[in-house]
Amino acid sequence: MKKTPKIRPSEITDEKLWRERRRFLQLGTAAGALALSGESLAGLFERKAEPPPGKPDFPHLRRGGFSTDEPPNPWPDVTGYNNFYELGTGKEDPAANAHRLRTRPWSVTIEGEVAKPGTYALEDLLKPHALEERIYRLRCVEAWSMVIPWVGFPLGDLLKRFQPTSRAKFVEFTAVYRPDELPGQQRAVIPWPYVEGLRMDEAMHPLTILAVGLYGRVLPGQNGAPLRLVVPWKYGFKSIKSIVRIRLTEQMPHNTWAISAPEEYGFYANVNPAVDHPRWSQAKERRLGEFLKRDTLPFNGYAEQVAPLYAGMDLRKFY
Amino acid sequence: MGARVDWAARLKRGLFLLCLLPLALLVWRGVAGGLGANPVEALTRGLGDWALRFLLLTLALSPLADLTHRSEPRRLRRLFGLFAFFYLCLHLASYTVLDQFFDWRAIGADIVKRPYITVGMAAFLLLVPLAATSTDAMIRRLGGRRWKRLHRLVYPAAVAGVVHYFMLVKADVREPLIYGGILALLLGWRRIGHKKASTQKAQRGKGENAEGSG
Repeated sequence: MKKTPKIRPSEITDEKLWRERRRFLQLGTAAGALALSGESLAGLFERKAEPPPGKPDFPHLRRGGFSTDEPPNPWPDVTGYNNFYELGTGKEDPAANAHRLRTRPWSVTIEGEVAKPGTYALEDLLKPHALEERIYRLRCVEAWSMVIPWVGFPLGDLLKRFQPTSRAKFVEFTAVYRPDELPGQQRAVIPWPYVEGLRMDEAMHPLTILAVGLYGRVLPGQNGAPLRLVVPWKYGFKSIKSIVRIRLTEQMPHNTWAISAPEEYGFYANVNPAVDHPRWSQAKERRLGEFLKRDTLPFNGYAEQVAPLYAGMDLRKFY
Repeated sequence: MGARVDWAARLKRGLFLLCLLPLALLVWRGVAGGLGANPVEALTRGLGDWALRFLLLTLALSPLADLTHRSEPRRLRRLFGLFAFFYLCLHLASYTVLDQFFDWRAIGADIVKRPYITVGMAAFLLLVPLAATSTDAMIRRLGGRRWKRLHRLVYPAAVAGVVHYFMLVKADVREPLIYGGILALLLGWRRIGHKKASTQKAQRGKGENAEGSG
């Protein structure tokens, strides 16, 4: 004889709940259909083309060479989505905490293998240089990218002023270290202060600039005020922010991410679609504001200018 | 004759709507442009966060029932468990559609080559049979014992979920560690409870034996 299974009343779904579940499924389908409809997708990617605030701080900028004619990302993208761990590890933390970074007064120490070392007030350091606009692509190691209209001047022009000696083979940059002021530096997420480095020929390359502004405005704190490096053919983390020291050296300097995770980040960090990050692919990138990913270009599209610097080097080994 | 108010059903209905709130907020922020400069990433991460939160919430219900000596929390396990799966499906859909846009080759490569995606996909696959057998009919069909054994897959799935999160973070592992800590606590509770139950059983067994021999 077949036994009827005993079902306790508590196990029977009451009708209301059963109806709810049905509605749940219907809702789910509707939500899915909605998500797939073009209109709401477009809504997801629409960015208000909010103009930069106020009047330009640098109104008469010369348009420098090497600028791309791709449309720059809107101001809110460029100043609202940042990696600047000194001001917090979330993408929106740097903008929220930028007011904590006091950029006046600011001085920069130039030392090491130079004939004229010293510590200089930022104004004096910048005075001889004509600022220009450089619209560059920025490719983050996290596989997203932007186009940013920087205001700056070639790093090489500055270095020459201090007369590098024949032993100067590398340039080491050190960023601001003020744990009392910068909330991110109260924890050792990465070793502080942030340091970066370039080979001398990379530093002297005309594409490499020091930036003091973007969109014709003074550089906002979250973008590395008041002085930052921009090396457009390398992953973004090479472009160190809020620089306080520039040291020319004979030995290859350390750089923060390579110290922090040597298997994942190297010294060169040239944008290279053929060499994946161990945890994700570098073949494609999402240009912020675009839906479909685009192919990542070797040297971030600057191969024509910089590929010769690495002739004969195994870029898989020197990632 | 007044109809008895079914508080449990009412509570469930209220919770049901509450569980949809995170999704509603994400969609609203998406439409209003509040997901920031990288909405695809924000949406995918947000959905993943909620999948993990609901999973931990589900696992917290039995300890809560033990602590309060009440049975109601246990009756919510299915609701929260299914919502965990629901958010996980949306998380996966967001990755497949919005992030990769059906680039199956890239998705395949991700699953094979990126350990964090391999582990995340494992968590999803572990939860599929649990969602599929969540109905009363399936419980009856499998029989309570077998059904229970099958649903222990929720533990490795939760571990895989936390590991997935831990592995994708670049340097700031605070948040995944918080999730990991909560999960360790919830699993630890079960282990202690299990030991206690088995020693009690053993003691009872001894007592019975003593009686029997006496």
